[in-house]
Amino acid sequence: MSIFVNKDSKVIIQGFTGKEGTFHAQQCIEYGTNVVGGITPGKGGQNHLDKDVYNTVKEAVEQTGADVSLIFVPPAYGADAIMEAAAAGIKIIVCITEGIPVKDIMIAKKFVIKNGSILIGPNCPGIITPEETKIGIMPGFIFKKGSIGLISKSGTLTYEAANQIVKAGLGISTAIGIGGDPIIGTSFIDALEQFEKDDETKAVVMIGEIGGDLEIQAAKYIKEHFSKPVVAFIAGQTAPKGKRMGHAGAIIAGSKGTASEKMDALKAAGVSVADSPAVIGETIKNIMDKL
Amino acid sequence: MKIHEYQAKELFAMYDIPIPKGKMIHNPEDAMEAAREIGGGVWAVKAQIHAGGRGKGGGVKLARSLTEVSDHAKSILGMNLVTAQTGHEGQFVRKVYIEGGVDIAKEFYLGMVLDRASELPVMMVSTEGGMEIEKVAEETPGKIIKVYIDPLYGLQAFQIMEMGFKIGLHKNQLKEFYFFAKKLYELYIDLDASIVEINPLVLTNDDKFLALDAKIAFDDNALYRHDDIVGMRDFSEEEPAEMEAGKYGLNYVKLDGNVGCMVNGAGLAMSTMDIIKHEGGNPANFLDVGGGASASTVAKGFEIILKDQNVKAIFVNIFGGIVRCDRIANGILEAIKLTKVTVPIIVRLDGTNSEEASEILRNANIENIIPAKDLADGAKLAVKAAEGK
Repeated sequence: MSIFVNKDSKVIIQGFTGKEGTFHAQQCIEYGTNVVGGITPGKGGQNHLDKDVYNTVKEAVEQTGADVSLIFVPPAYGADAIMEAAAAGIKIIVCITEGIPVKDIMIAKKFVIKNGSILIGPNCPGIITPEETKIGIMPGFIFKKGSIGLISKSGTLTYEAANQIVKAGLGISTAIGIGGDPIIGTSFIDALEQFEKDDETKAVVMIGEIGGDLEIQAAKYIKEHFSKPVVAFIAGQTAPKGKRMGHAGAIIAGSKGTASEKMDALKAAGVSVADSPAVIGETIKNIMDKL
Repeated sequence: MKIHEYQAKELFAMYDIPIPKGKMIHNPEDAMEAAREIGGGVWAVKAQIHAGGRGKGGGVKLARSLTEVSDHAKSILGMNLVTAQTGHEGQFVRKVYIEGGVDIAKEFYLGMVLDRASELPVMMVSTEGGMEIEKVAEETPGKIIKVYIDPLYGLQAFQIMEMGFKIGLHKNQLKEFYFFAKKLYELYIDLDASIVEINPLVLTNDDKFLALDAKIAFDDNALYRHDDIVGMRDFSEEEPAEMEAGKYGLNYVKLDGNVGCMVNGAGLAMSTMDIIKHEGGNPANFLDVGGGASASTVAKGFEIILKDQNVKAIFVNIFGGIVRCDRIANGILEAIKLTKVTVPIIVRLDGTNSEEASEILRNANIENIIPAKDLADGAKLAVKAAEGK
């Protein structure tokens, strides 16, 4: 088992024929992802990477039965692409695009929820269920199959954590990059709820960062509802206040959203918090050895 | 993106949000004329910098005569204003705003910001006008009245009334406040603001509201659709190295330490700073060269890091995914040729083809390149190197 996506996921790519879309669609196909087509408005009827191109998501869903969409459109069209996917009945919408305005995503997220879909991202590396399907831009080979669920706000730090987990002799059930924007579709709690229900997942590693309070909310949820061990790392312990650290959402506003505040909340909830990013693998290994 | 008070007030005026009469000047010689034009007998002379806390730092002064206006303008223009928000280096004052005095009955705080927990814009009002709102939020949170606004429906009259009653407004005042709040919301939404603050919002003796101060910041991601606002950007207020980095699509934030950091990805870049601290050192910067990390971005990264004279060693921490480490290693070598780097460079490359990458770096035989075997090792080596060990 896994969460959100698996080998049966039928994936379409929005922004299919663009540079990013083409490159990563190719990588996904090589990984074994079941890419059933793509969308580029105005290029419907063409063939790209041996797959059919459609003008609209609706058409693609009708023709292919796709249930997952992977979005690579430019930021100005990001929110529209998300809403188009939701309107067409796509279940899982994975948005890689970085730089979508807050106002747009605020409305798009409401639309997605109203349509009963799930949005992952934006500004995220995507989601991977190792050896089954890769729906994102992560280097697939780092992720080996196993029993650790991985949730992260960041891209390369996800790869770093996955690499450490694998080097510690463990593997990953599903790794989900939830994104570094101030408003994201899937929160830590949403992912944790899925991992709680997933029998294959025995423990979870969550990688948070400064800004917002999703990690604090997650700590509360873990304390009350989550039965599996959790290891956490929070990036930005040395970040100055009021400065945006790369991600649009990674900013300490006033005295809110600091790493120490989040680490304390997680520790209080019984989570094993790694002080250094170099010991994520070691920390989860120690816990798994005791299970 | 931030703008100055005088620019924020220009935008307020466009939205019919009442402001006192005022004029921005660059030269102290223009101060008297500006004050005469504004009229009245009392003026405020206000330093225009992007940081808050100007009053306490001596950047806002009251004048009761034209000569005083001129004197204050002379002393403030060209001063290095140090406030709680500028850091100890302070900010050079290039512009002052001269504003007509206002007859103040009461001071309030009024602001709007994105509330990340509810994922909605929140409007906040408080009777504690003129105070540092952060402090009010911490010490007496009950004194801040908040209404959450669903952008699909907009700000409703009942929400404005709720705020108005809670801050003790009377009938005539409520009506004025209604229009004020409504326009402020319009501005916030139309212009893709990320924060709008009026502190203090002034109630005059004839029951009118005036924005005595104005602070606006915008969602950088939405600037593409606001050319007029982009035109308001004041480059002299920004850290030159951060601006330079931005031109090349790099994310750089200057810090106080001596270990320069070059990393791909924001989360990993923050973690790299953290591990340097963990190993007893101090990071000189945050630098995200992007998920990919090419030779040209790495070269630019070196150039930007080395502008900071404090940097005694550089820790290059790259996790190669789809971009292979051997390519990145070659990129680093090329970059070192392009930018003459003399400080020790500790290189940690992990991910695809990391062994080939180490081989390339070793074979290059460059004295100041020190390969690290993992993240912790790299951080240790970098901290030591910065200490001259």
